[in-house]
Amino acid sequence: MNAKKKFTSTWLLWPALFMLVAFFLIPTLDILRASVYDPEFTTKHFAKLLGSNVYLDVLWRTIRLSVIVALICAVIAYPISYFIVQRPRKQQIFFLFLVFIPLWMSVLIRSYAWMVVLGREGMINALLIGLGFTDEPVKMLFTTGAVYVAMVQILLPIQIVTCYSAMTEIDLDLMRAARILGAKPWQAIRRVFLPLSLDGTVTGAIIVFMLSMGFFITPALVGGRKDIMMANLIEFQVQQLNWGFAAAISIVLLIGTVLCVIIIKRLSKILIRRLVGGGHA
Amino acid sequence: MIERDVEFGASVTFDGVSKTYGAVKALSDFNLSIQRGEFVTLLGPSGSGKTTALNVLAGFVDATEGDVRVNKNSILGLPPERRNIGMVFQNYSLFPHMNVFENVAFPLRLRKVAQDEVKRRVGESLAMVQLNDFGDRMPNQLSGGQRQRVAFARAIVFEPSVLLMDEPLGALDLKLREAMQLEIKRYHKQLGCTILFVTHDQGEALALSDRIAVMGEGRIVQIDTPDRIYDEPNSKYVADFIGTTNIVDFERGPSSIIRFPALNAEFELQENDKSWGQGQNSISLRPEKLHRDISPSDHVIIFDASVEEYLFLGNIIQYSVRTTTGKTLLFQEHRGPSVPILARGESLKLAFSINDARPLDEGTHGSGHT
Repeated sequence: MNAKKKFTSTWLLWPALFMLVAFFLIPTLDILRASVYDPEFTTKHFAKLLGSNVYLDVLWRTIRLSVIVALICAVIAYPISYFIVQRPRKQQIFFLFLVFIPLWMSVLIRSYAWMVVLGREGMINALLIGLGFTDEPVKMLFTTGAVYVAMVQILLPIQIVTCYSAMTEIDLDLMRAARILGAKPWQAIRRVFLPLSLDGTVTGAIIVFMLSMGFFITPALVGGRKDIMMANLIEFQVQQLNWGFAAAISIVLLIGTVLCVIIIKRLSKILIRRLVGGGHA
Repeated sequence: MIERDVEFGASVTFDGVSKTYGAVKALSDFNLSIQRGEFVTLLGPSGSGKTTALNVLAGFVDATEGDVRVNKNSILGLPPERRNIGMVFQNYSLFPHMNVFENVAFPLRLRKVAQDEVKRRVGESLAMVQLNDFGDRMPNQLSGGQRQRVAFARAIVFEPSVLLMDEPLGALDLKLREAMQLEIKRYHKQLGCTILFVTHDQGEALALSDRIAVMGEGRIVQIDTPDRIYDEPNSKYVADFIGTTNIVDFERGPSSIIRFPALNAEFELQENDKSWGQGQNSISLRPEKLHRDISPSDHVIIFDASVEEYLFLGNIIQYSVRTTTGKTLLFQEHRGPSVPILARGESLKLAFSINDARPLDEGTHGSGHT
C-alpha cells in the first residue's frame, strides 16, 4: 500500500526530471565540453579569456551592474511591498495586478519603449525642452544610466512579488506584541518586521541578480558601446562561429554567477544576524 | 526610557467606554473596576465586546467615548509602548527569529536595562515558568505549552502594571489546558499581579477568576464571583452561557399562585417571598438541583416525567427526561449503591426546591450589577 503510494508520487516527478536532464544538464555539460575540446583537449579558450583585461573587465562590469540593479530593485520594492501587505485583502489583489501588468509584455518591447522615452526626440527630452530647462536634447539613450533605468523597471515586478509573498507570511500580531512590550513603531519594524522580511528580500534580490547577469537585449538596445555585458560577448562570439570561446565565456559567467550568489547569501546572513542581535541599541 | 509610575499590580477602571465601528457598537457604556491584584475574566461569545475592551486597554483600539484609568491615571492618550501593560496573545506571538532568551529579554532591551540585570531578570522569569534550560531554543523547537510559558515569561519580565491574557489557552489541547490553568493560578498567586483574562470558555473562567464579567452585546450582563455567577445567574443569557441548565417558563395565577405549564405543576408563594419572580417569567434550574427523593413541603414542586435517554458521566448520570406536556429537561444524579440507574421509558416523580430555582430576566439586560 505504502510502496504503491510512493511509486505514484515519484512518477509525478519524472517529466520534470526528464526536462531538466534533457534541456539543462546535457546542454550545460555539452557547453563545458565545447569549452575544453576544440577538437582536442585544450585550455587555450580559458587562457585567452582569463589572460585578457578586456574580457575580465566585461565580467567585472556585468557583476557590478547586476549587483547595483538588484540593490536598487530591493530598495524600491521593499516599501512598495510593505505598503501592499498593509492593505485590506481586496486592495492587495488590485495593487499586485498593477505590479504584474508590465510582466505581460516582452523584455524586447519594453526595451524598445525605453528607447522611445529616452531618445533625442523622446518624451523626456521633449518635456525638458518644452519647459525650457534645456535648449539641446540631453543625451540619455545609449548611456549606462539608461541601462540601469531600463533593467530596474523590467525586473522590479519580480522583486516586489517575491518580497510581498515573504511579507504575507509574517503574523501582524507580532508587531502588536512588539508594541505592547515597549517598542515604538519604528523599533517594531526594525527589530521584528525587517529581520523577518529580509530573507524574502534577499531571495528576490538573488533572482534579480541572476537574471541581470544574463541580460543582453536591454544593454544592447539602450546602452552605449562600453555597456557591453558577458551575454553580449557570448552572442558576438557565436555570430563569429567561435563556439569554443563562446562556451568558455558561458562557463565563466555560470561560475561567476554561482560564486556571487553564495557570497550574497553569506553577507545577508551576517546582516540579518546583526539586525537581530543588535539588541543593545 | 519608560518611567515606572505604576507598581506591579495596579487597579484598572473602565469608565463608560464605548467603541463604535460605523453603525456597529462593539462596546457600549462599558464600566468595570478591577482591584489591585485581582483576577478578572471577561467571558462571552465572539462579538460580545470582550476583545475590544482588552484592545482599548492595550492601546490597539481607540475608544469612541469614556475613559480608562490605571491607578487613577488616564492612559487613553498613551501609545501601547508607554502603557506598561503585559499581554499574552492567543497564538503566543513569540518572535520566530529570536531564541527564548532574546524573546523574554526583548521588553528589557527596549527599556535599556543593563546586561547583567537583563540576564538576572530573564533567568528569574524563565525559572518561574520552569524553562531555565531553554534559553537557547528557538520558538519553533518548543511545544505549544512551552511557547505559552515563554509568552507568559515575556509578558511579566518587565513587571507590568496589568497583565492581559487574550484566550491564551485556546490553542492547547484539553489536558494541557487544564495543566496550564493550574500554572496560571500559581503565577497569579506568586506575582500578585492584576490580571484581565479574556475567554469564551466558561469552565476556564469559573476555574481561574476572582470575578467573572459575562459580556453580551458590548456590555457587562453580570459581574460576580464564579460561585454566585453559577448559582445566581441574573438573566436567561447568563444562565444559558454558564454551565448547563434548564430554562422553565412560569406564569402568575390568581393570588400568590405560580404556575409552571410545562411541568403541569403549581406552587403557592408564602407570605415572606411575595416578591419572588416579580416582572420575570422564567427560571433557571440546574440539572443537579432536581431530585427524586424529596418529601413534599411548602417549598417543593413535584412533577411527573419519564426517562428519555441517559448519559453515563462516571460518578454522575445525566438523564434527559420528558414531562407530561412534552418538555425535555436535564437531570443529574450522583451514582451510589442506593441510587439505581433508571431505564429508558421509566416513569418517575421529580422535585425541586423553589429556593434552588433562579428567576431570570430576558435577554442580555441583567437585573443590575451585583
